[in-house]
Amino acid sequence: MNFKHLFEPESMAVIGVSLHNNRHPANIVYRKNRLRYPVKVFAVNPKGGTIHGEPVYERPGDIPEKVDLAVIAVRADLVPDTLAQCISAGVGGAVIISGGFAEVGQTELQDQLVEMAREADFPFIGPNCLGLFSPGHVDTFFLPPERTVPPVPGNVALVSQSGGVLVDQMINFSKEGVGLSVGVSIGNKALVDEVALLKYLSADPNTDAIAFYLEGFKKNGGRAFVEAACHCQKPIVVLKSGKSPEGGRAVSSHTASLAGDYAVFSQVMAQFGVIEARTQFELVSFCESLSCYRDTINGKIGVITGSGGHGALTVDFCATHGLKVPLLSKELQSELKSRLSPSVQPIAGTSNPVDLTGSAVDDDFVAAADCLSQSPEVDCLVLLVLPYSPGTTSDLGARLSEVYHRVGKPMVAYVPSLQRYRMLIEGFELNHIPVSPAIEGAVLMASAMRRRSC
Amino acid sequence: MLKTEILEVISSSKPWGWVLEPDAKRILSLAGITVPTFTWAQTLEEALQFAEENEYPVVAKVVSPKVIHKTEVKGVVLGIDNKIALAETFHRLSSFDGARGILVEKPIQGIEMIIGAKIDFQFGPVILMGMGGTGVEIYKDTSLRMAPITPEDALSMLKGLKAHRLFEGYRGAEPINQEALVRMLMAFSRLIMALDESVSSIDLNPVFCSAESCVVGDARIMLPS
Repeated sequence: MNFKHLFEPESMAVIGVSLHNNRHPANIVYRKNRLRYPVKVFAVNPKGGTIHGEPVYERPGDIPEKVDLAVIAVRADLVPDTLAQCISAGVGGAVIISGGFAEVGQTELQDQLVEMAREADFPFIGPNCLGLFSPGHVDTFFLPPERTVPPVPGNVALVSQSGGVLVDQMINFSKEGVGLSVGVSIGNKALVDEVALLKYLSADPNTDAIAFYLEGFKKNGGRAFVEAACHCQKPIVVLKSGKSPEGGRAVSSHTASLAGDYAVFSQVMAQFGVIEARTQFELVSFCESLSCYRDTINGKIGVITGSGGHGALTVDFCATHGLKVPLLSKELQSELKSRLSPSVQPIAGTSNPVDLTGSAVDDDFVAAADCLSQSPEVDCLVLLVLPYSPGTTSDLGARLSEVYHRVGKPMVAYVPSLQRYRMLIEGFELNHIPVSPAIEGAVLMASAMRRRSC
Repeated sequence: MLKTEILEVISSSKPWGWVLEPDAKRILSLAGITVPTFTWAQTLEEALQFAEENEYPVVAKVVSPKVIHKTEVKGVVLGIDNKIALAETFHRLSSFDGARGILVEKPIQGIEMIIGAKIDFQFGPVILMGMGGTGVEIYKDTSLRMAPITPEDALSMLKGLKAHRLFEGYRGAEPINQEALVRMLMAFSRLIMALDESVSSIDLNPVFCSAESCVVGDARIMLPS
C-alpha cells in the first residue's frame, strides 16, 4: 500500500463537514488545513451548499480534481458507503475519524471497511482516531489549533494507539524542543497498524527515530512488530500501558504464571533492541537523545558538574540505569587539572564526577569537556550546568556544543528549566545537543544511546 | 517437522488436556533433550527389572491423568534403595485414582532450574528459564525470550538471572556445564517452534544442571483447551 498520499497529500476532501455547526470535528479539520497548510482542501456533505463561500461537494467523486486524502467524519453506519465512494472516485487513502466500531463492539462494521480497503489496495488510518499530523503537509486532528502546541518539525515519528496520549506527547515534545517528523493516531488500527507504520517509517527519509505508545497487539502482532523492528536500522522506543498482571487467574503451569503479558512484552522488546520507556518522561528523554545521536555507546559516562551534589545524584542515577561512571586514570586527571583556571585547580574534583565547583568559569567547562571527549576512558558526557553559578555565562551551551561538533563524542546536558535560562538551553539544543530539565532525564538520555542492535 | 511419534503422543493425550510425564519425557528425548534413564512400568516385575538393570537407588512417580501435581499428593518417592521399598511404592502409587502404572527412573543431582515455554497471544512461542524447583514462583528469578532463540540469547538468559553467579562456580562449587544448558535451550526452542499451537505451555521443572550435564527431572506439557 502506498502511504505517500496519506502523509504528503496535495489535495484532501473533508467528508462530513457541517453546514451549520462550525465546531464539528470535520469543520475544524477543514478550516485548519485550509488556513495553515499548503494542501488543497475540499468540503463534502451529501446536502451540498457552500461553506465560507466555497462549494460543498455532495460526493467525493464530484470534486473536480484528483483527491489524495479523504478525512471521513460521518456517522459510523454511513462510513462503509462513504469509503466505497472514495475508492470509486480514485482517492489515494483515508483517515477515518468516526467512532462507533470495534471499540463499542461493532466488529462486523469495522471488518467490512477492512475488506473493502484490502480489495482496493486502499490505505486508511483508524477508525476512531485523530489521524495524522504531518508538519508542513497536513493535520487531520480535530483539535482547534489554539488549544494545542505543535512541536517543531524534526526527525522523530510518534505513533499512538491513543489520540489523547499522542497530543500530550506532542506538547511534551514541543516543551523539550524535540522535533517531530510525523504523528499518527492509529485508533482501532483496523487496517494500518503499528507494524505497517513501522515498516513505512523505517524507510521514511525524514524520520531518524520512531516512538510508539502501545496498549496491546492483536494475535501474534507482537511477533510481527519485533520482526519488523529487527529489520529497522533506526532506534525504536515504546511506551506500553496495561502493565498490571491479570490477577487471580489460576494457572496450572509455572511458565504461564511467571510469563505474564507484560513480562513477556518487556523482555521481548529488549531481546530485539527496542527501547522500552516506562513513563512519558522517559519516552521524551529517549526520543530527544535519539533524535540527536544515532551511534551506540557502551555506557562509560564522564560527568562534569558545577556542584558536588548534582554529581553525586548523577552517579546514583547512572547506577540505577546500568551506566558506569569510571574512575579516571591519574594521567587523564592531571591533564585535566592542568587545563583548569588557577583558582579552580586546587579545589576541583577530577576523579569523575569532575566537579568544577561554583568557582568555575566557561573556560573550565569547555576545557574539561574537551579533555574527556578526547579520552577513550569515557564514551559519553553528562554535563550538569547550573546557570546560577556566577562564573558561567549564557554562552556556555553553544561553546560546549562546539566541543561535540569538533570531537564527536556525544554529550547530554542538564539545565534547570527556567525561562531566563533559555539562551543557554538553546545554545545546546539549536546545536543538536539534548538538554533535560531533570538530572535523571539527562542520565536517561545517555542510557538511550546504549541500545543494542537486534 | 515434528516426528510422527510426537504428534501421536500429543493427540492421544487430548482427552485429559496434558501429557503424562513418561510421554512428555519420550517427546523430549525424541527432540534431543536429555532426560533420565526411565521406564514406564505397568507391572511390579517391570519396575524391579528396571531397578536391577540400572541399579538402586531409583525414583518412582505416579502416572495418572488425574494427578497433575504429584508432589502435593505424595506421588513422588525419592531414594528407593531396595526391592521391598520399590514393591511397596509400586503398590501404593498404583492405587492412585486413574493410575496407569508408575514411572521409575534414575535419580539426578544438580542445581534446580526451570525451562519453560508458552504460546503467548501477542508473541507466539516464548521461552522462560530461571531458578526452578518447588520455589519457582517465590524466587521469580526468570528470563524470557521470544522463540526461536540464538545461542547468544541462551547465554544472555543465563546472565540475566539474579542467581547467575550460582552457575559460575559459587563458593568453591564447580560451575555448571553451560554448553549443555545452551544445547538444551536450543533443542527446546526448536521443539516449541515446531509444536507451536498444538500445546499451550511446557514446564521442565526441575532441570538438574551440574558440572557434567543438564537433565530434565520433571516435565509437564499442557495442551490447549
